[in-house]
Amino acid sequence: MGLISRLSPAALRILALLAVLAIVILFFASQIEGYLNGRLFNRISSSVAIMALIATGQTLVILTRNIDLSVGSVVGFSAFATGSIITNNPELNPLLLLLYSALVGTAFGMVNGTLVAYARVPSIIVTLATMALFRSFLVEYSDAKSITTSGLPAWLTDFPNLPVFSIGAMEFRAGFTASLVVVIIVHLCLTQLRPARALFAVGSNPEAADMAGIDAKRVVFAAFALSGLMAGLAGFMFLARFGTITVVAGLGFELKSVASSVVGGVNIFGGSGSVIGAFLGAILVDLLETSLVRWAVVSEFWREAVLGALILLAVATDTVLSRRLARLRAKKGDSK
Amino acid sequence: MSRLFTWEGFLFACLVAIFTFNAIAAPDFLTISNQINLFQLSIEKITLALVMTFVIINAEIDLSVGSMMGLSACTFGYLYQMGVPAPLVILICLTIGVAGGLFNGWFIARLGLPSLVVTLATLIGFRGLARVMLEDRGIGSFPDWFTALGQKGLIGPVPFALIAFILLFLLLYILLERSGFGRKTYVIGSNRDVADFAGIDTARHKLIIFTMSGLAAAFAGLLYAARVGAVRGDVASGFELDVITIVLLGGVSIFGGKGSLIGTLLSILIVLNLRNGMALLSITGHIQTGVIGLLLIASVVIPRIKLPSLKPEAAA
Repeated sequence: MGLISRLSPAALRILALLAVLAIVILFFASQIEGYLNGRLFNRISSSVAIMALIATGQTLVILTRNIDLSVGSVVGFSAFATGSIITNNPELNPLLLLLYSALVGTAFGMVNGTLVAYARVPSIIVTLATMALFRSFLVEYSDAKSITTSGLPAWLTDFPNLPVFSIGAMEFRAGFTASLVVVIIVHLCLTQLRPARALFAVGSNPEAADMAGIDAKRVVFAAFALSGLMAGLAGFMFLARFGTITVVAGLGFELKSVASSVVGGVNIFGGSGSVIGAFLGAILVDLLETSLVRWAVVSEFWREAVLGALILLAVATDTVLSRRLARLRAKKGDSK
Repeated sequence: MSRLFTWEGFLFACLVAIFTFNAIAAPDFLTISNQINLFQLSIEKITLALVMTFVIINAEIDLSVGSMMGLSACTFGYLYQMGVPAPLVILICLTIGVAGGLFNGWFIARLGLPSLVVTLATLIGFRGLARVMLEDRGIGSFPDWFTALGQKGLIGPVPFALIAFILLFLLLYILLERSGFGRKTYVIGSNRDVADFAGIDTARHKLIIFTMSGLAAAFAGLLYAARVGAVRGDVASGFELDVITIVLLGGVSIFGGKGSLIGTLLSILIVLNLRNGMALLSITGHIQTGVIGLLLIASVVIPRIKLPSLKPEAAA
């Protein structure tokens, strides 16, 4: 008990997530022959590389008590726009291309941010609308064409699979490593930098944040711009991984990113959570999906039903336990 | 005069403008078959929007309605194919709707979890159960009376689903505007703590509303199966966002406590007419949705800009 009460709730959450991940891996390892190998790690890491970025952006927005449902459309648009630029100018500098996809995403994020922070429209309404709006921009922009792998330069399609380093049979590929670096940078900023702490302040108590001299509007605006930036970068990764982009690219990513954040212990009412949690949440969601497909006992079609149950279980346990913990601490405070 | 400046008045003016434009621009618009077709094509969504109005006025949200529709439609196809008589299957589907609604409601009302998260989880979970049943098959060839009910006119050219929609609207209108249940829905939506102190069993109320929502979604799923005559695992996926858009456009506050069924009805008519008009002018689905998205933002921003000068008392 002593150790548990000394750890912060945030650290406890991360430990609990790691424990759940370990249990899931051990369970499937006992069920599926040849489960624990390098290929499992590679498969999950290349798909998490995209979702981790989106979930990171989503977490920043949720921390401020908002939600961004437009990320899927932003990923789709960014992937298409980036693909169409490089198809038409194959000699373009890779860094400029990356910058382009980041700018496209940020621009969309700033539209959301302006409407939420300065026009004071609830974020669920704004992003519900821009989800449809950005998707229709994509339809107009694409002009009923699609991006194909054959039009892309080799460096772009090779990039996600480039091995960077490996631990045993686990090969860290460039795409996953890049996402991991972004997640760690954002985590360090969130825990160490004063301006980034404002996200938590605004999310946990907007009035108090206001009295403390924090410009809440700017903070919310920044959160949405950053979420757009992350979705833009995810669009770049999406293009590099899949090569073929149609108008439905990124459809459904908005709910998956919210699910990853929530499973990762980010409070949907704002003010608490971490991007590391959201990252682990994204891994857990993907691990379950991948493993259930290979598990012979149930049909692969169970994966969504199990995923839904997992989200509910994660949030219910989290709520019940944190209420217990809060009561326990209150009692301890009284007796001192 | 001041009535014209209410949100409903504004919506009504929009509706008249769109209706007139459609009637002039497309000669086929005013035919009875097009008018009925306009409702038929989205009949499930607009039926769900009526109950969603209760959910959002109650300061909650139900993202699982599209998946519950899919689950109900797939259950119908699955059990009917196994030889269970259709009337019994219909009863089972509606029971599943009630059970799903109670499930959502229990986590939200009794355990106190946010409805956004609970129904996001069941959005994925209910859809998953539908897929478990049908995998990637499609099921069709339902009994003739069932598909006739979904596709042909019941009274003259008016099909069953439209009659059900009108009856449901009247029933829910009385429930929301003329009953204690409706008043409680508003009170709980504007301030749950106050409602609790006033002795209202808010948890029970929310449980009932989510059960209503589940039942309506199961019913809508059956309407879909009858209208289309075939079901697949992805029936009605993404419907929840369209339904919520309609309700919010109708002036229901996402924070609860404000809104009306008349607003929702006007919004339904606007969205249907707008989509129908755009379809007659051959504008594609994604763009139609984009225009409605734009309208949704405008519906919140425009009154904010105008109201202070028009209605000084609005500040209170």
